[in-house]
Amino acid sequence: MSDSPTATGAAKTRPLSPHLSIYKPIPTMVMSILHRITGAALYFGTILVAWWLIAAASGPQAYATVEWFFSSILGRLILFGYTWALMHHMLGGLKHLVQDTGSGLEKQFTTRMAKLHPVASTLLTILIWIVGYAVR
Amino acid sequence: MANQNDMRTPLSRVRGLGSAREGTEHFWRQRLTAIANIPLLGFFIFVVVKLNGAGHAELVAYLSQPWVAIIMLIVLGSGIYHMKLGMQVIIEDYVHGGSGKLLLIANTFFAIALATACGFAILKLGFGG
Repeated sequence: MSDSPTATGAAKTRPLSPHLSIYKPIPTMVMSILHRITGAALYFGTILVAWWLIAAASGPQAYATVEWFFSSILGRLILFGYTWALMHHMLGGLKHLVQDTGSGLEKQFTTRMAKLHPVASTLLTILIWIVGYAVR
Repeated sequence: MANQNDMRTPLSRVRGLGSAREGTEHFWRQRLTAIANIPLLGFFIFVVVKLNGAGHAELVAYLSQPWVAIIMLIVLGSGIYHMKLGMQVIIEDYVHGGSGKLLLIANTFFAIALATACGFAILKLGFGG
């Protein structure tokens, strides 16, 4: 081993692990970090699902409060963001499942997919909301 | 074959569980729940879209159908397990030392509390609210 960790100056010349603040943002990298961010957002968003279910199980009064919140402007904004995060994370997950098989890893292809990814998430989200408004 | 300096026993190498004693279990379960979540969350969106703006009575009537309650239990089970595994990786990547350990414990507690709360609510609704 030529570069032992104890060698003088070795630590300085070693490559840094990818820091978001150092690398120039490229589509694949932005989608990668968005996958993690949407995952974390969905993690906390699940509290809303629990609130909805617990309120429904508690009775009409508790449920009325949840309905009031989710039909407010802020509530709708949060739910819209939640839908987008879910769609984005699902499409990212599908990408990961395909890439786990070793396919779809060519440089140009991954970049094209990364550029299409947020467009597809947004279209799916809008579609779900159109259906949501259409059925009521 | 094996490196001369490899102190692992042949059995340990075959099991391939590594120092964490769980091998690829975390990776695999993350993928397994990911695959399950695609149709399950699809169903969840269907239910939420269908019941948006519905009153309490309609919601309870819908969720008290056994097949709906059963699928909803699996949705929340698979979803919360996937979410717990994902947050574990985020914590392991960014938070080191004692506070990381505390967050990992909090993550497990949170996931179990959330799963129990959702599970109980779905069961209560499933049995008629």
